[in-house]
Amino acid sequence: MLHGYGPSLLQGAGLTLSVALLSLMVASVLGLLGAVAKLSGSPVLRGIATVYTTAIRGVPDLVLMLLIFYGGQMLINAAWARWTEAPAPDIDPFVAGVATLGLIFGAYLTETFRGAIQGVPAGQIEAARACGMAPLTVLRRIVLPQMLRLALPGFTNNWLVLVKSTALVSVIGLTDMLQKAAQAAGATREPFTFYAAVGGLYLALTAVSVLALRGVQRRLEQGVKGAGL
Amino acid sequence: MNFEAVLENLPLYLDGLAETLRLAVLAVVIGGLAAVPLAMLRAARSRWLHGPVRLFTFVLRGTPLLVQMFIVYYGLAQFDVVRDSAAWSLLQNARFCAVLAFALNTCAYTTEIFAGAILATSAGEVEAARALGMQPFTLWRRIVWPQALRRSLPAYSNEVIMMLHATSLASVVTLQDLTGAARDVYARSYLPIEAFLTAAAFYLVLTFALVAVFRAAERRWTAYLLPRR
Repeated sequence: MLHGYGPSLLQGAGLTLSVALLSLMVASVLGLLGAVAKLSGSPVLRGIATVYTTAIRGVPDLVLMLLIFYGGQMLINAAWARWTEAPAPDIDPFVAGVATLGLIFGAYLTETFRGAIQGVPAGQIEAARACGMAPLTVLRRIVLPQMLRLALPGFTNNWLVLVKSTALVSVIGLTDMLQKAAQAAGATREPFTFYAAVGGLYLALTAVSVLALRGVQRRLEQGVKGAGL
Repeated sequence: MNFEAVLENLPLYLDGLAETLRLAVLAVVIGGLAAVPLAMLRAARSRWLHGPVRLFTFVLRGTPLLVQMFIVYYGLAQFDVVRDSAAWSLLQNARFCAVLAFALNTCAYTTEIFAGAILATSAGEVEAARALGMQPFTLWRRIVWPQALRRSLPAYSNEVIMMLHATSLASVVTLQDLTGAARDVYARSYLPIEAFLTAAAFYLVLTFALVAVFRAAERRWTAYLLPRR
């Protein structure tokens, strides 16, 4: 049915998955930094974090991706020309894709993590401080472990949207599964078959994610008393 | 930074703005209207009624919009039945295909939002309306929908903003929306940062305007649900 293009599609799916997972890592780090900045006492840090989340969430992903891919290349060229005669290195579309998606979803995760951190009872943090813990230790030992459970539902949603957003990297020339499908569609003149197959792969990916994260959620909720409704 | 090229091409951006607004308004209106009956089916108790709608929303919410757009624009041409049908001339039109894909996509999300709001109607109100002798149609029109729409407002405002941003994908199928205009200016002037930042600024302004409109709508229609000050 796939005229032997199945392995090629799966290869593309592997690339899609690695873009998604790497972006998620970048986004989680940015989201944590952003959340801590938003809740910090410093008005400068709060301001930077607010500008970051507002600007990113107000602009389409595709525009940001084109801006970073083409604009970033421009900046590198300019910086390079100042120091050496040699031609500047090209931005790898993989790096640009991961960086952009990480930056975008870092803004969404900032909001998710901020809400979760605020859900940790203030008494816990006060108690940790009273025991003499340094701020970073409080974050690592008290806040992070407890916020995980609260952040997971929002985190799951962000991940599902992120997985679907990876389809955009095909626009900046990465051979993800959508690009592979386009190649196969062009060669076989059966575009529907291949785009539908890609749709099916995305569906499988999101369905598996939902099941896996539901398992994690159940595990994190061990010992938590529900409302009993 | 050199914004002269942008100023020279301002008419291009304004045409792009018009196209973006046209796509977003058409998609949101068509998708929103179609979501009304679908949400009622989705909220129905019978599996035969809610099952097909759930499948529809599962598939459309689980796959990337870009893939859906490719299936409509490139994929359907694979079938002779489609090519011989009366709809074929429409399906060759990029704008028609983009609006169709966008409307289907936003319809799926809106259906879930509306259905959630319908299911949150309190049983007592429905019972009271029945006790007063209201016919099903009157019950939906006077009791269920007015409240469901109000409860949907916060989630629906996010969906409309998402749809506005999603219209940027139209540039991938050659439409000259805001993003398409920016890509054009970039190709002409080779100034990626200025070209894409300008488009980003337009989207940001549109997003803020939508946020303001929805905030006013929430104050107007859901004042009784807001936290007391």
